[in-house]
Amino acid sequence: MSTTSTSRPGLRGLGQRLYNGESSIDFIGRTRTWYVVSAIILLVSIGALVFRGLNLGIEFRGGADFSVPSATCSIEQARTLAEDFTGAQVIVTESASGTVRVQTETLTPAQSSQLAGELGAGCGVGKDEIKVQVVGPTWGAEISRKALQGLVVFLLLLVIFLSIYFDWRMAIAALVALAHDLVITIGIYALTGLEVTPATVIGVLTILGYSLYDTVVVFDKVRENTRGIGGQSVLTYAEAANLAVNQTLVRSINTSIVALLPVIAIIVVGAGLLGAGTLLDLAVALGVGMAAGTYSSIFIATPFLVQMKNRQPEVKALAGRVAARRAQVQRQPKSQGVSTDSSDSDGGSSSESVVTTKVPSVKRQQPKRAARSRRGR
Amino acid sequence: MAPITSSRPSRGLIVLAVMVFGLGIWAFFPGTDNAVRLGLDLQGGTQVILIPRPVTEGSEISEEQLSQTVNIIRQRVDGLGVAEAEVTTQGSGNNAAIIVSVPGANQDRVVDLVQRTALLDFRPVYQLLSPVPAQAEPSGSASPSASPSASPSVGPSDAASPSASGDVTNIVQSPTNDAAFQEAVGKLDCTDPEVYAGGTPDDPSKWLGTCDQTGTTKYILEPAFIKGTQVSSANAVLPQNGLGWVVSLEFDSQGAKALAEASTKLTGLPECNSGATPCNAFAIVLDGVVTSAPRFNEPILGGQAQIEGDFTAQEATDLSNILKYGALPVTLEAVDITTVSPTVGSDQLRAGIIAGLLGLGLVAIYLLIYYRVLGIVAVLSLVLAGGVTYATFVVLSKTVGLTLTLAGVAGAIIAIGITADSFIVYFERIRDEIRDGRSLRQACDSGWVRARRTLLAADFVSLLAAVVLYFLSVGSVRGFAFVLGLTTLMDVLIAFWFTHPIVVLLGRLGWMQRGSRWTGLDPERLGGASLAGTIIEKSRRRGPKEVSS
Repeated sequence: MSTTSTSRPGLRGLGQRLYNGESSIDFIGRTRTWYVVSAIILLVSIGALVFRGLNLGIEFRGGADFSVPSATCSIEQARTLAEDFTGAQVIVTESASGTVRVQTETLTPAQSSQLAGELGAGCGVGKDEIKVQVVGPTWGAEISRKALQGLVVFLLLLVIFLSIYFDWRMAIAALVALAHDLVITIGIYALTGLEVTPATVIGVLTILGYSLYDTVVVFDKVRENTRGIGGQSVLTYAEAANLAVNQTLVRSINTSIVALLPVIAIIVVGAGLLGAGTLLDLAVALGVGMAAGTYSSIFIATPFLVQMKNRQPEVKALAGRVAARRAQVQRQPKSQGVSTDSSDSDGGSSSESVVTTKVPSVKRQQPKRAARSRRGR
Repeated sequence: MAPITSSRPSRGLIVLAVMVFGLGIWAFFPGTDNAVRLGLDLQGGTQVILIPRPVTEGSEISEEQLSQTVNIIRQRVDGLGVAEAEVTTQGSGNNAAIIVSVPGANQDRVVDLVQRTALLDFRPVYQLLSPVPAQAEPSGSASPSASPSASPSVGPSDAASPSASGDVTNIVQSPTNDAAFQEAVGKLDCTDPEVYAGGTPDDPSKWLGTCDQTGTTKYILEPAFIKGTQVSSANAVLPQNGLGWVVSLEFDSQGAKALAEASTKLTGLPECNSGATPCNAFAIVLDGVVTSAPRFNEPILGGQAQIEGDFTAQEATDLSNILKYGALPVTLEAVDITTVSPTVGSDQLRAGIIAGLLGLGLVAIYLLIYYRVLGIVAVLSLVLAGGVTYATFVVLSKTVGLTLTLAGVAGAIIAIGITADSFIVYFERIRDEIRDGRSLRQACDSGWVRARRTLLAADFVSLLAAVVLYFLSVGSVRGFAFVLGLTTLMDVLIAFWFTHPIVVLLGRLGWMQRGSRWTGLDPERLGGASLAGTIIEKSRRRGPKEVSS
């Protein structure tokens, strides 16, 4: 936190410069770079998924899971006990908090109760203290099917909503960013071999909401900046969109920090106090997904939107007009280009009073704005 | 969600205050239960998720069948005598899941009770036997009852096949009543709880050797004469002039015919207690275990029967329910059984609370450092949102029995960040407006007008995700979705009726307007008034002029 406060003036200044478009990071112009970066990450993710696969929890495989808290027995002792009982291989792990976890093939309730008793006796823990979960092999299929159903319904509704609220291109771009985030999150699970549990599924589904939430905020600004953009010939769609991303950049950074802080709290507390469990599973998926979500709303969603928009005839025509005008401007050394705008802010204010003619509006608040700036002077 | 104009910021505050007050009274009125009901993963207990499946492939499970099944399971679970045991359904038709939750320590019995798929048939009793296994013959190998998990390879001919649930032999079946069958039945140990727990559906066309449900008697039963599906109704009734509760039964036409034949034949036979074979009694067999074995007093020709006995009201109801339940064309599959000890549960709750407080603390520190006075507003909003969410949970716990699970706690913690984001969007908009050269008062309002649209759109997407998740998921995902949806609504509520009005009121303070580094909105620091106008404005002003000239 101290770094934040010491570097505050710089940050504040940055916010202002980003807003005015003075210090602008060219997100759109370097679209290709971001795509390459994402493509590499996606390839690694998909590769991991294909070649390593996911470490599915017993909820998806079927099986029995025994968590023995503060066990006095070693992993080997627990393994021997469980393998003697089931006559099959078992997985035994121990967490930092001293909980020994035994996973076996699926057992009948009577058998699981018996094994819990034996584990309790062998590890010096009361049978009632042991957390037992027995899952039938069809349950995972059931959960997956429902999750998939939910996903499809949600995506359909989402496309409808975004198409009405924004337009269909934004809906598509948002979906692309969403798919991007999901693949990366799942890929991280494949890469790290973290167990996939229903809590993970919850986490991934939440990322749907979060990633879109983030994209919606950025797109809202893009829409605001590009409303009525066809009525002028100074900014191309791409430039207006880039400005929007820059203008929402401070928000995006703040939001990501604020959203990640509780997730980090869960990871710390979950790992420190509980060992593996619902909270930890959830938090890891969320942490990865949120980071990917912030990245994709800036680096993927908006560039992709601009690419689609650039195919629209009127957007193309606009780009042509802007290019033509800039060529003309360059021939008149008096005027300055858009990109070096920061230097003429004083000139801008002096010329402001001269401009009183009605002009086609770029923003819908244009008349109000003009009135206000006069007052502000 | 009427827009709140700057002229009336207090209106929203008043509305919210009234709501919060009402909610608080409702939630925490003295004398009522004021705590959120905790899910089993937080308080310890056993949860079983059952998926009902139609007996015949492809048919749909009706609402009636589902609610009847739930009622029966509920009754069985209530029979455990555990307070707050719960049976709920999620979804409907073939997508339904039944969730049985029994709080407290390890509840093995729950699984036994609930998992019974309850296939019911009526069989004439051939012979009553002592529940203990018959002495092994001299030539026999070591006694199989010594280790119940040993495989029952001792024995019976191919014809008499012991059926097992897991490794335990529950029942013995054979097409004929031969010596091998009798020997296998003899070995059955009806004093072993795992044997008389049943759970192995029997083939109604074969002979059956099994136990009664308390492990006090062993039966050899003839092939069934009536199947459970032929029972058309069963009720516990107290006859006007009767001595005690009876169970009245009605059969369909086929069942009635079979009953008439069987009762005519059995009435003439001697009492079963005398050791005679065959004898006058029929066994009601539920999943391979004899629930009741009444005798016939007379031939029953009309398809309507009464089972008499020294029933209490409860026993009669249970028996009638079993008779009805067995007639249900639904089998239940226990797909997930989770047992959490109370200590682990409270550990998880504590970890959740600690994580929540830690998360809230970190977010608060960040907001305070970055947004200063506005940060205080944001933190107050967050705390208020948390409080209102908690109170709503208490109310929902009281009224509709909502329970808070670990997944729900996680949802609430994550909602901290998403809620805080609403304030960030608003504050950044205000700052943008100030950079555009607006006064603080104007910025608070015009920033809100724009932030509001963004908030509503973004929160709508969140809510959409939560609603879809809620309706198309089972178990913990559902609890999570509920909390996420609830907190999203709270977010909108607080942003509209608390954060915005408070910021507007703050904006009217002279101190805030004079500007200070502590306000978080100092125009000089934000680079506002001196640098009026954005790139678009400038270019707009300049652009068309040049085009027109």
